[in-house]
Amino acid sequence: MTIKPIYTKVDPPEGYSAPGVFATTFDKVIGLARSNSIWPLPFATSCCGIEFMATMGAHYDLGRFGSERLSFSPRQADLLMVMGTIAKKMGPVVQQVYEQMAEPRWVIAVGACASSGGIFDTYSVLQGIDRVVPVDVYVPGCPPRPEQIIDGFMRIQDLVANEPLRRRYSQEYRELLIKYGILKEK
Amino acid sequence: MEREFIPSDYLPIIIQSVVALGFVVITMVLTHVIGGKRKKIRTLRKDENFECGIEVRGNARFPFSVKYFLIAILFVLFDVEIIFFYPWAINFKEFGWDGFWEMLLFLSFLLFGFYYIYKKGALNWED
Repeated sequence: MTIKPIYTKVDPPEGYSAPGVFATTFDKVIGLARSNSIWPLPFATSCCGIEFMATMGAHYDLGRFGSERLSFSPRQADLLMVMGTIAKKMGPVVQQVYEQMAEPRWVIAVGACASSGGIFDTYSVLQGIDRVVPVDVYVPGCPPRPEQIIDGFMRIQDLVANEPLRRRYSQEYRELLIKYGILKEK
Repeated sequence: MEREFIPSDYLPIIIQSVVALGFVVITMVLTHVIGGKRKKIRTLRKDENFECGIEVRGNARFPFSVKYFLIAILFVLFDVEIIFFYPWAINFKEFGWDGFWEMLLFLSFLLFGFYYIYKKGALNWED
């Protein structure tokens, strides 16, 4: 008996194809490559982190999306996954980790606590990580199921695939970072 | 017969040196040329060495007790010498009594060294 290998392929981007030739834009090719090789940095602080462990496990297998390589250093990470309650003392830590990630970078807030503070409406808990870093995708749930995390991850993939290459150099992006206090105004 | 070396024999070495140096210089220049002209976002915290999110305090380059080094290097010394026992232990029967005496001699050197460092007080942590 021979085992037929299963290869997962992604659809090619829009473009013109002829025998042996395929022409498309640079943006789309880079977006395609980036969106299928995201290296996440797990910032797991509580129960959503447990759900993330299930997501990385064999049953749900985030590796199918090209993300089996978790990056525990922000320098090589593309996606900051904040999972769990972020106390106010932890806020600057999240911000520094985000700041030290290489461009382009994305952030996903997993679960109610990371998105809005959740049930912890108290003096000590940050009411959503979007107070310290810009968030791209919010995943609801307390905690969300692995399917929901994967769904949020796929929304991130859409964003990554469709982002213009020059966005991170734009004045608009600078102003966004200034708004969060990450970049000082000049 | 005495071999004579003429300067042209050293040509490959010169070529290799030039290639090695040229590769380094060209790579360094090229990264700047193809790296893009647009201004990248750099901040003070992004350029920091450490990346765990906790603020860096103090300097890592401060003097600390030499005892750590002594203990570590002595450990490495005796650890490596233990490795020499393994081939002897495996061929224990083949080496017979001769091997045994040789190993005992080796061990006595070791133990003498150990006695020396012990007398010198290298293992004395308190003082």
